[in-house]
Amino acid sequence: MATQVVMEALSPTMEEGRLVEWKKQEGDPVAVGDVLAEVETDKAVMELVARVSGVLLRQTVPAGQTVPVSSPIALIGQPGEAVPAAQGNGAGAGAPAPTATAKPAATPAPPSGPAAPAQEPAGTTRVKASPLARKIAQERGLDLRAIPGSGPEGRIVLRDLEAARPARPGAAAPAPGAALRPIAAVPARPGATQPFADAPLSQMRKTIARRLVQSIGPVPTFYLTTEVDMERVSEAREAMLAAGSEVKVSFNDIIIKAVATALREHPACNAWWQDDHIRYWNEVHIGMAVAIEDGLITPVIRHADRKTLREIGAEARDLAGRARDRRLAAEEYTGATFSISNLGMLDIDEFTAVINPPEAGILAVGRIVRKPVEHGGAIVLRGRMRLTMSCDHRVIDGATGARFLQTLKGMLENPLALVW
Amino acid sequence: MPVLTYRDALNSALREEMRRDDTVFLMGEEVGVYQGAYKVSRGLLDEFGPMRVVDTPITELGFAGLGVGAAMTGLRPVIEFMTWNFALLAIDQLVNSAAKMRYMSGGQIGVPAVFRGPGGAALQLGAQHSQAFESYYAHIPGLKVVMPATPADAKGLLKSAIRDDDPVVFIEGEMLYNQKGEVPDGEHVVPLGLADVKRPGTDVTIVCHSKTVSAALKAAEQLAAEGVDAEVVDLRTIRPLDAATVLASVAKTHRCVVAEEGWPFAGVGAQVVDVVQRNAFDELDAPVLRVTGADVPMPYNRHLEKAAKVDAGKLVDAVGQVLYR
Repeated sequence: MATQVVMEALSPTMEEGRLVEWKKQEGDPVAVGDVLAEVETDKAVMELVARVSGVLLRQTVPAGQTVPVSSPIALIGQPGEAVPAAQGNGAGAGAPAPTATAKPAATPAPPSGPAAPAQEPAGTTRVKASPLARKIAQERGLDLRAIPGSGPEGRIVLRDLEAARPARPGAAAPAPGAALRPIAAVPARPGATQPFADAPLSQMRKTIARRLVQSIGPVPTFYLTTEVDMERVSEAREAMLAAGSEVKVSFNDIIIKAVATALREHPACNAWWQDDHIRYWNEVHIGMAVAIEDGLITPVIRHADRKTLREIGAEARDLAGRARDRRLAAEEYTGATFSISNLGMLDIDEFTAVINPPEAGILAVGRIVRKPVEHGGAIVLRGRMRLTMSCDHRVIDGATGARFLQTLKGMLENPLALVW
Repeated sequence: MPVLTYRDALNSALREEMRRDDTVFLMGEEVGVYQGAYKVSRGLLDEFGPMRVVDTPITELGFAGLGVGAAMTGLRPVIEFMTWNFALLAIDQLVNSAAKMRYMSGGQIGVPAVFRGPGGAALQLGAQHSQAFESYYAHIPGLKVVMPATPADAKGLLKSAIRDDDPVVFIEGEMLYNQKGEVPDGEHVVPLGLADVKRPGTDVTIVCHSKTVSAALKAAEQLAAEGVDAEVVDLRTIRPLDAATVLASVAKTHRCVVAEEGWPFAGVGAQVVDVVQRNAFDELDAPVLRVTGADVPMPYNRHLEKAAKVDAGKLVDAVGQVLYR
């Protein structure tokens, strides 16, 4: 019996996909892992691969068409296998997925070929896992959403868990009912051996979260603005450019480095809101908003605190270029612990950026403008830049964010701090 | 331990029980002078005489009713149907008399009768003579249904069935009568309601009964060559169903395939799947699959008949699916 190929959710937020190009034609042999088609998601153009082997019997969606996630797009089966009419047609955009396929009366009960599984309604992202896999994942504290499934329709089965690690490496399988997370009285330091520490919510944090969400929406945001003197950064950048390098370090690269370095000192701002706990990251991954045609995307510079300016510069240019070509892989634009949005090059003095959940903060960077300020007892013209940090108040309190900005400002006004 | 055929194992059970208890008697078509259509009653007329080994006309409803009446008066009849295909004519006596009597008499009158004979398909006997009816009888509260797969189980289970105080439907296999196996001498009794692990394994459970046991064991051998260690659970008694043995096996292997000779709809396997999914849901790594006879009247054509039957190859395929191979 033929197996349906469905439009898969190739990014965490994908609800529909446009079939850009078929890479396998009807009648082509197909092996597990072969690229069947290129699919444009909300973020990028991705490859859709085969989950079963056989022959591509039927393309039910033509190239160029957009269909919801979980909709059938093709059938894979045995050579010469008849394609039931119900499966061959009517699978266009928005067509409801068939819930089952009637068996001919003469077919023996299920010994041959997997039955057409019931389809999830388009747009749902329910994790499919066998009951055993769910039970074991719960016992071991594994996050099923992070485990690729090798069964039909991506079902997670026992063997997929054997390769998976606990969500917190080092934390041996806790007994059921035991505390699931190490309790961090103080957020752990970046650079620790574990990537993050989860902290349970105190009653006060719960109250702050509940009250502020009632007040201004699901992410209760407040804004902190400071003005930074950029003269010494400019001098440092001029010196670096004069020294010559294949990579031209930009102001933005220096800001990324400074933010990452400052976050190491303020892990309370390098965190995710997780509804029932806060995840304080020990690693610093900076999301960098990049404007692209019809939208924006936030590629991530991983471990930005541990990279040199030159590395950050090269990586930022590569990611931004590929972002504009919509050729980023999902892991390249997910997983940031803090983000930066810079509109300085578009002559914006200052603005507020919208937080990208579950991150707790984002920094909006304005342009550098020469203006008269007091310096050394005199009024002089100096390059000044305004930074506005949006903070999720459930995670970051006013003073917490302000102290982070103070450190950041100090680093930018004394760039040598970056190399300490 | 002596090696007996399945038919001789049944014969020795009958002989031993008739010697042990003079209320036990055998009745059916050709059981006496002809010594049984399948020679299960060979020698019994000579030993026990025509009062206890009774030939009947071709009147299934009639002699089944005589059996129920005899049981109500305190005898222990063993009623032989030449095959269970012919017993359709007698099903009213089994369902409406034998199964109901203890309940409707407020526990005063039991029916300690055994109804036995071969069920299922043999070879090219056509649609009307190639049917597996265990799910019909297992459906009825008040009936026990027993289906031995080996000579030893045939003997031990028939002795238990004869001693049981309630009506027992005892379905043999025409294709099993010549099968040989070791059978313990003398008092070998297998309790009703106990399944048997015919082959231990760790990777997948194959639940089966009667003729599908040999298919399952053959499939297990093929799977072993591929590195898959299958456990074969022979239900032996369909009702009462030994859920504990099945569930213990599934808890170990996490995967289950259920085989039966009969049709898929409302079959014995459907009941097994219900028990497994309800009681071992969190142990399952894959849906429970069934391998059944084809959902058609049994074809007479030899090739079509073969295609319609359960065999080891179909079981190997199903095991491959539950292992996601």
